[in-house]
Amino acid sequence: MGGYLARRLGQAVLVLWAAYTVSFLVLYALPGDAVDTRLGADSGSDITPEQIAALKSDYGLDRPLVIQYLTQLGRALGGDLGRSFDNGRPVTSLIAEGLPATLAIAGAALVISVLAGGGLALLAAGTRHRRLSRFLLNLPPLGVAVPGFWVGLLLLQQFSFRLPIFPALGNEGLRSIVLPAITLALPTSAMIAQLLAKSLSQSLAEPYADTARAKGASRSRVLLRHALRNATLPALTVAGLLTGQLLSGSVVVETVFSRTGLGRLTATAVSAQDTAVVQGLVIFGALVFVLVNLLVDLLYPVLDRRILRTTPRILITAEGRT
Amino acid sequence: MSGSTPQADGPLLEITDLAVRYRGRHGYVDAVRGVDLVVARGETVALVGESGSGKSTTALSVIGLLSTQAEVWRGRIGFGGEDLRVVSRRRRAALLGREIGFIPQDPTVSLNPVKRIGDQVAEVLLIHGVTDRAGAAEQAVTALAAAGIDHPEIRARQYPHELSGGMRQRVLIAIALVAGPSLVIADEPTSALDVTVQRQILDNIGELTRSAGTGVLLVTHDLGVAADRADRIAVMSEGRIVEVGTPSVILGDPEHPYTRSLIAAAPSLQAGRRHHRTAGVEVGRPLLEVTGLTKEFALPGTHGQVLRAVDGVDLRLGRGATLGVVGESGSGKSTTARLALRLLAPDAGRIVFDGEDITDLTGERLRQLRRRIQLVQQNPYASLNPRLTVGAIIAEPLASFGTGRRAGRARAAELLDLVVLPAAVIHRRPHELSGGQRQRVAIARALAPRPDLVVLDEPVSALDVRVQAQILDLLADLQGELGVGYLFISHDLAVIRQIADTVAVMLAGRVVETGVTEDVFDRPQHDYTRRLLAAIPGRHVVGSGT
Repeated sequence: MGGYLARRLGQAVLVLWAAYTVSFLVLYALPGDAVDTRLGADSGSDITPEQIAALKSDYGLDRPLVIQYLTQLGRALGGDLGRSFDNGRPVTSLIAEGLPATLAIAGAALVISVLAGGGLALLAAGTRHRRLSRFLLNLPPLGVAVPGFWVGLLLLQQFSFRLPIFPALGNEGLRSIVLPAITLALPTSAMIAQLLAKSLSQSLAEPYADTARAKGASRSRVLLRHALRNATLPALTVAGLLTGQLLSGSVVVETVFSRTGLGRLTATAVSAQDTAVVQGLVIFGALVFVLVNLLVDLLYPVLDRRILRTTPRILITAEGRT
Repeated sequence: MSGSTPQADGPLLEITDLAVRYRGRHGYVDAVRGVDLVVARGETVALVGESGSGKSTTALSVIGLLSTQAEVWRGRIGFGGEDLRVVSRRRRAALLGREIGFIPQDPTVSLNPVKRIGDQVAEVLLIHGVTDRAGAAEQAVTALAAAGIDHPEIRARQYPHELSGGMRQRVLIAIALVAGPSLVIADEPTSALDVTVQRQILDNIGELTRSAGTGVLLVTHDLGVAADRADRIAVMSEGRIVEVGTPSVILGDPEHPYTRSLIAAAPSLQAGRRHHRTAGVEVGRPLLEVTGLTKEFALPGTHGQVLRAVDGVDLRLGRGATLGVVGESGSGKSTTARLALRLLAPDAGRIVFDGEDITDLTGERLRQLRRRIQLVQQNPYASLNPRLTVGAIIAEPLASFGTGRRAGRARAAELLDLVVLPAAVIHRRPHELSGGQRQRVAIARALAPRPDLVVLDEPVSALDVRVQAQILDLLADLQGELGVGYLFISHDLAVIRQIADTVAVMLAGRVVETGVTEDVFDRPQHDYTRRLLAAIPGRHVVGSGT
């Protein structure tokens, strides 16, 4: 177990470092920095080259790239992701401010996805009616294919403007979470449904499912007690991807529903070319991804003991020799 | 024991005029065509037949575990006054596990990998409300102990992957018997296991069912197993039962020609060799000689521990002769074959082929050696490229040794003739051929570059007995004609006995006994060889019957 944990942790650190380095290269090594684009030729303003130089040195943009990389990496390790070019505030506090609102809709969306996606998969695998099953299995591709902003607008039209049940804008109160969360949950539920339905039908075709049936187990018992736990494992592998999907989906959803949050922060930072904030968000996203995957890796051995296979094969062949 | 359902009169299981068909792409395919079969209380009936005979379909229709493409469209499955074909799902579920136990074919995949063994046994009792949770756990341990599992309290808390295949089959037996059913359906319960384990498992099923008065429907392809274990044998062919009788009648005085052909083909029931030759006489230097061969593998999940798969093996094979290497799974016989083929590098020892030390051969010289040593593998389905035609498959090794396309084609036709396949097969692809035909193609491919030695790794293990017999005949004929040497690897002593001139018995990476086939079989010296021989099913019947 110790070795397993150490390996996983090492991998996590490596992924974070890679995310940091790649995003740095993309954002800083490319020609033109935030100060140039902001105060450069097109502004045609009265800012002197000296002022620009002073601003650059203030943000450390005038130093060699390697030095910039190393000093920033050192600061990042200490939890300092730099300051926004736009308003000079620390990136970490900007992220901390946006996090709760995004966490609220992403969390709600995750719950909805697991319930809706899992429910759909179980129903499709469990029903005796083949037509119903086939119909249900055709829904997930649709859910993935439909663009999020369109669904968001549709929901707004129906449930905010025509029937004023939920607020159309803002972060106020629990009711404001509902529509964004549903919009955000649509593609992720579809992913969960598709994966789980597939691995459920595979599990139900395994000989151990027949063994359970031969015990006299009911259809639902075979499904819930035998197939589901085996089928959860492959579905669990995509938990990291789902989180990524939720984070990137929040960009669209928060814009459509005029909410504040990490998604909105991303959208404004990108359009304002606020490099430090964009990189901070990339690293934060990578951190979440890594943590979720780490959690999944730790959960695996609990669900399936075979992953911690420490007993060598010799045990298995021993019987023939006794 | 259970007492409730089946009434005390009449047979336990009475199948009448059962017909099952499968929905295929081109309409229905009949699998079972009007089967009548009776199992009396406490009786063991063996249903014997080759693959595709409908024996498993018949057995699985009793417990309603047929695939969704299958349809039981005629007949009656009488069990305790009810017709299992038409009972409600709820009623059937109430009978399964409680009154009818099921022992499946492959123990390695038939247990739920994420549940503890004890819970899987106890589940039967909980489903049927026989007892409460604590009582079920207790009875599960008792059932595991009865099924011959050591330390049942500890094992009950383990997961399936921590047990060997034989142990897992014992768990499945415990699951089938824990509720005290009156009927057990066993579908090839030991065909995935080694012969000594097979014997223990069948002994165990026999003891438990006899003492409880349980009726058993034993499905098997092995006439020897059926003869040893059953009160009556039903021989099945092409969806029909062609003959029913006691083992001594079926084996001693079979009426139906199909039964006769099965018996004639079954290696375990035939004491003699397929082809008599002056065995043991060697002319000149041996074709293959290995000395002190050793190979170690690192064990995954351990730090630096190794498994010595092959441990100082000495083998000697004469020119144009057959050396049989026999052993159970994990004995190192296949690794030995791969070492001799130079597909693996040995950690120690020498391999001398035709007077030349080939242990350290590399590059072009090793490639040239490959022409002289060819391989036939166990699974003819997996070892032939499905996209190539038979002609291309056979000619492929020739092309890599510089034979032109036209010459290759001519040689392929010649080889097809040699392995007794019709010439038209040359344009077919593997999936259009039967298992036996595919293995003939594999043999033709191996013979194409005119090798001196062919390594045959379980070449007939995946085949039905009658096809098996044909392939063995073919191999013997080819050897007589071409003078090729065989290194014949098999877990099946009966097969080895029919084909090999000399035998090496392997156990845990070592050769424990070696000698001329007749000597080893008639006067085994090593204790393990004796145990292996005693485990061959059908032996006692051979003595008295044929």
